Amino acid sequence: MVQKPIELILTRQLASSLVMPIFLVDPSGTLVYFNEPAEQILGVRFDEIGEMLASEWTTRWKPSDADGAPLLPERQPLTIALEQSRPAHGELWIQGSDGRRRHIHATAIPLVTVSDRLIGAAAIFWEEPS
Amino acid sequence: MRVRLWGTRGSLAAPGADTARFGGNTACVEVRGRDGTLLVLDAGTGIRLLGAALRQHAPRRIHLLLSHLHMDHIQGLGFFEALFDPEVETHLWGPARGAQDLRDRLARYLSPPLFPVRLRELPNLTLHEAPRRAFRVGEFLVLADHICHPGFTVGYRIEDDGGTLAYLSDHEPALGVPHFPLRADWTSGYRLARGADLLLHDAQYSLAEYPAHVGWGHSALEHTLAFARLADVRHLVTFHHDPGHSDDDVDRLTAEAMAFAQPSFVVTSGAEGAVFDVGATA
Repeated sequence: MVQKPIELILTRQLASSLVMPIFLVDPSGTLVYFNEPAEQILGVRFDEIGEMLASEWTTRWKPSDADGAPLLPERQPLTIALEQSRPAHGELWIQGSDGRRRHIHATAIPLVTVSDRLIGAAAIFWEEPS
Repeated sequence: MRVRLWGTRGSLAAPGADTARFGGNTACVEVRGRDGTLLVLDAGTGIRLLGAALRQHAPRRIHLLLSHLHMDHIQGLGFFEALFDPEVETHLWGPARGAQDLRDRLARYLSPPLFPVRLRELPNLTLHEAPRRAFRVGEFLVLADHICHPGFTVGYRIEDDGGTLAYLSDHEPALGVPHFPLRADWTSGYRLARGADLLLHDAQYSLAEYPAHVGWGHSALEHTLAFARLADVRHLVTFHHDPGHSDDDVDRLTAEAMAFAQPSFVVTSGAEGAVFDVGATA
């Protein structure tokens, strides 16, 4: 089993201590963790689904824009942060695993080490009260 | 390789009758290869004794690997005789930190008013920022990796043909983990310690003391034992004893933690002067 970079481990530990929903991916875009507050929005526990490839998670929660048109991965904040190594913010609608549609705001940042190595990205998101 | 402990105390030197058995000097470990390569891990106050021991047979080259720049790990630097000998080539490795280079950070201590001699006055010293990949030092393959401890701190994994030593002197892998340990891939330091023949690991606190020190960068003995089990090491040597713990305290707290953990590997409380042969001759 290969250990993840310490910066990613510490980000997870920070995320697990906060009440803001946080979602973490590794450099390949694979979902590696989301915290308990994110579970409330996504409608599923992380332990139930485990790590997930980008091709799966970018469609699993059916992200869409205000008009209901599917939001392609390249327009999703987390993908932008990871692929362009810059912060990104977006407003989107997702459908949680519980079937409920939610309006969320997401801010994503790339995670870059002191040696300038991209080790993943983190998205903080919150739900617009309906 | 042969490993000798010259300082095992954490945070602050703690000399005295109550600490004579495990020792009062702060972190310093000598690692000797079969072909004579000399690595020195950290430059706590224990390095002064090592310097004196090297006086008769000083090697031409010494590699000094710093885990980080907290005072208990560098305080002995100015008292390490070999650094003042122009015939001895010293290579000092330490963690990289982006904005400020290793020389500037070390010079904050090795310069007035904290110390009378300036870093630049040392005659044969070369500084290196330890890369986060395996690199070769003499006969050893060394891997440095950042670990969970305030500031920029690395642990080291040192391999030769005979075995593997892992050195995580200051390490708090349980930080933010309510039920330690998590899976190995989510555990700080696992990459360094995995399958090591000998693990030197922070064991500063008891489990009762730990809650008052969360985030200070150190482990409770119970966390250390759990980490060693997760990493599947053969022999754990506890290190970085709290300066407030007497020898009897170390004995008692270790016995309590071991009774709880029931480790299947060898556990030794790190003592100044102890020697371990790692690998085939162990």
